[in-house]
Amino acid sequence: MSAREQILSRLRQPLVAAQHVSPDVAGWFGAHRRSEDVAQRTARLRAALEAVHTELHDVTHDNWSSVLLQVAAVKGLRQILIGTNTPHGAQLQACQTDDIKLIPYDRPIDSWQDLLFDGVDASLTLARGAVAETGSLILWPTPSEPRLMSLVPSIHFVLLDVDTIHEDFYAAMTAESWSAGMPTNALLVCGPSKTADIQQTLAYGAHGPKELVVLLRNTEGSQA
Amino acid sequence: MSKVIHLHPTEDFKARSKAVLDNPGQRKNFRGAMDFLQAKRRAQFPDQDELQGLRELGASIRRYSLANLPRLLEQLEAKLTANGVHVHWAQNGPEANAIALKIAQQVHAKRIIKGKSMVSEEVGFNHFMEAAGIEAFESDMGEYIVQLAGEAPSHIIMPAIHKTKQEIAQLFADEVPGVTYTEDVDALIQIGRRVLRRKFAEADIGLSGVNFAVAETGTLCLVENEGNGRMCTTVPKVHIAITGIEKVVEKLEHVPPLLSLLTRSATGQSVTTYVNMISGPRKPDEKDGPQEVHLILLDNGRTQAYADAELRATLQCIRCGACMNHCPVYARIGGHAYGTTYPGPIGAIISPHMLGLDKTYPLAFASTLCGACNEVCPVKIPITDILVRLRNEAQARPETEEATLRGSGAARTLAASTVWGMWSQVYSKSGLYKLASWFMSRGRALSPSEQGAWTRSRTPLIPAPKRLRDLMKDHQP
Repeated sequence: MSAREQILSRLRQPLVAAQHVSPDVAGWFGAHRRSEDVAQRTARLRAALEAVHTELHDVTHDNWSSVLLQVAAVKGLRQILIGTNTPHGAQLQACQTDDIKLIPYDRPIDSWQDLLFDGVDASLTLARGAVAETGSLILWPTPSEPRLMSLVPSIHFVLLDVDTIHEDFYAAMTAESWSAGMPTNALLVCGPSKTADIQQTLAYGAHGPKELVVLLRNTEGSQA
Repeated sequence: MSKVIHLHPTEDFKARSKAVLDNPGQRKNFRGAMDFLQAKRRAQFPDQDELQGLRELGASIRRYSLANLPRLLEQLEAKLTANGVHVHWAQNGPEANAIALKIAQQVHAKRIIKGKSMVSEEVGFNHFMEAAGIEAFESDMGEYIVQLAGEAPSHIIMPAIHKTKQEIAQLFADEVPGVTYTEDVDALIQIGRRVLRRKFAEADIGLSGVNFAVAETGTLCLVENEGNGRMCTTVPKVHIAITGIEKVVEKLEHVPPLLSLLTRSATGQSVTTYVNMISGPRKPDEKDGPQEVHLILLDNGRTQAYADAELRATLQCIRCGACMNHCPVYARIGGHAYGTTYPGPIGAIISPHMLGLDKTYPLAFASTLCGACNEVCPVKIPITDILVRLRNEAQARPETEEATLRGSGAARTLAASTVWGMWSQVYSKSGLYKLASWFMSRGRALSPSEQGAWTRSRTPLIPAPKRLRDLMKDHQP
């Protein structure tokens, strides 16, 4: 018998009565939901992200790209990695300046990994949504905005539309029917990378981004 | 580079415990760390009703998952396979290592970069790979530190919890080329970041553990703060995940409650910096991610726990480490004294299935049964009940129905079983009890002044001159 069959046969010995009642996860979250509006969810998300050293800027559909470039200039950034064929990437390219080079992630990583690790200061990706309860940004990397964009550059800019903020993780995955099909990689990101492995002392910038900058994009200029 | 896992903790568990107890510096480290982690957890659960409700839900999810384990494992395998992930089954550590080595040889791997994985510690992965000529490099900052020091983790969540920053500063200055002594934690972390970024870029294989494996979607969930787990699972061309068979849950919606319990109980965070959900290798139109993803499902004694109605609860564990953070024994002796991969209360109840009760039973006795672990366990494992059960198993008569585990009866001695046999007779027969207590009270002068372990730090036990029944008789009007 293969290892697989031996393990499964040991597990199938019916010595213990099986519990067949599925846990009531929906009931729990239903009973603990706050039913917040966009402004309340945004406020909670903001507080949770600020608590973990995340920089937030309120922006609009019209001004976010210029705000981003101003912030990048203040930080002295020279390059920003952007996705390919995205509306926000195109919008940023439209107001590109000479000081900051926009590098599109336009080919498989295998041919330019060293450059990504050593020669790119920052990146911009669009968040799919967010979770107010924990301050997590939901990222679903795509062929246009691959996985390493949110991991390797030292500074990660995230564009987030406030109307995509969910109350909690369960609400996000059920509202968007995640169980119908998951992408290769899905992420929740809360703040820049960090560690407390040396004598419980918190230090930011462990292996991933050292800084996380979130651009909170409000609809029609309505500031949250 | 890394030390071999100690396979016979019974041999010098007491000696190692005593060595730590005699070391005030280490005791201070552990006490400080435990106080820190306890306070962080407490702050995450201000509402007792919410905590108890969530624990009940978490426990029910874990019990449901275990009750349906064979079906869920098959579903997980089918879904992952459909997603393009290779699924392997290993009955024990050597089988798991052999599978990983075969994968490494197929892709001509020379270097493996590792995310934090206790299961890889359990199977002695690093040592095995080094013997096969393949570098296995730890990338979690704490794991990197203990590997650099040639040690094993002393805590499942915070591997280098036994080290002070001065010790780490000295270690870096001694072991990392070009580094001068600094106690600045930010500077130390940046040194680690610089060294390990090269390692991520150069590695042929990334190895990780798994926090939750979701059967319905074929998704592996990994929780971390540093980003090294994402690096290991994204940068190298091959990703190997290794996990115990008990980590599977049926539905994606089962993850949020368990995730919340895990991070709040472990490090007192409402969520970790990263929750990484992996459902397959790089697709043709994708530009990064590993081209191959493998999952190794490890038994290593877990099916023994599974077969027993009481001990099955051991497998509910989500490895948060809260039981060790709140254990008065762990806080005093630290993780290394246990000699097992998993220390603390959870280590005492899971290790017998991995290593045999004969090699691990002293751990079940190294408990005051205070129950702090039961109270904080986010999935309500009755740890002290299981400890008592293991004590009984260790004393069981071998080759009989009362001995159900590998290594049962190992602690049984003729002297102890005779004494407790007599004790049981005396306490279950009133005539015999009367007679025995009469002799004890009258013969108290004969009580030995040396009473083994008891008198090493206490005054001898001497029976009262009058029995309770005699005192009561005296007070009758």
